[in-house]
Amino acid sequence: MIPLSYYLTLGAILFGISIAGIFLNRKNIIIILMCIELMLLAVNMNFIAFSYFLGDVAGQVFVFFILTVAAAEAAIGLAILVVLFRNRGTINVADLDQLQG
Amino acid sequence: MDLKLLVFLVFSAVLIGAAIGVITTRNPVQAALFLVLAFFNSAIIWMLMEAEFLSITLVLVYVGAVMVLFLFVVMMLDINLLPQREGFTRYLPLGGLIVAAIVVQMIFLIRVRWFSAENYPVPDARAADYSNTEELGMAMYTDYIFQFEVAAVILLVAIIAAIALTMRRRPDTKYQRPSDQVLVQKEDRLRVVSMDSES
Repeated sequence: MIPLSYYLTLGAILFGISIAGIFLNRKNIIIILMCIELMLLAVNMNFIAFSYFLGDVAGQVFVFFILTVAAAEAAIGLAILVVLFRNRGTINVADLDQLQG
Repeated sequence: MDLKLLVFLVFSAVLIGAAIGVITTRNPVQAALFLVLAFFNSAIIWMLMEAEFLSITLVLVYVGAVMVLFLFVVMMLDINLLPQREGFTRYLPLGGLIVAAIVVQMIFLIRVRWFSAENYPVPDARAADYSNTEELGMAMYTDYIFQFEVAAVILLVAIIAAIALTMRRRPDTKYQRPSDQVLVQKEDRLRVVSMDSES
């Protein structure tokens, strides 16, 4: 018997790790995208835990839609990244200052 | 300690280790592979919560599609690794402090007695003929049909946007123009020359 707090704690730890990843790897945009995926995974873990413990399937439907949006987001983000690398020759976040006034 | 708890502890330990590997590794390819490991482990943990359809979907969609896309892009971009790491040790104390504060606050909120996630009743195991896919499908195609259609439109927009962003025309490449090929007349290709016959 696994209590609800274990799942929620796991989700919180995963969320914290992904925030730390965005902090530490602020130069590498690929790692930042991966950390966003990890963050969505932590949120989905909470949704499924509440869906299981409340006996309501709506949480799982919501996770389904989050997966859809995350897949679309990853596809568009990586496409932007490829275009960026083709135009600038770098994906370093610090070099992306073309819009700076 | 029963078997479910043991399975949960083992796989969540591997999951946290894989997540730490994602953010600390030097190589983006290794980070992507660590993320694949994290997705597999969380799929198993979701299966402990009787969300079978979503855990299989996580493996199929994320590991099968999204992470392969990540690996493609990482291998396509020829990026040198070392200059990307500047600032890792500089931001480590501040970032670690903030993240530790956030995690401690969230865990405190979960374990606090007014919220009482500790003594939430654990639901009984479902019957053997229970189909998670069927229940999810019933909810999705009846109550959430409009949201389902919107999700389909979002995926269509993502396809068009990804193709439109990455497509480029190279001026030096030669393309076929099928419309011109179909509309070609005899006079464009054939020239009748009248000339005297030579003996």
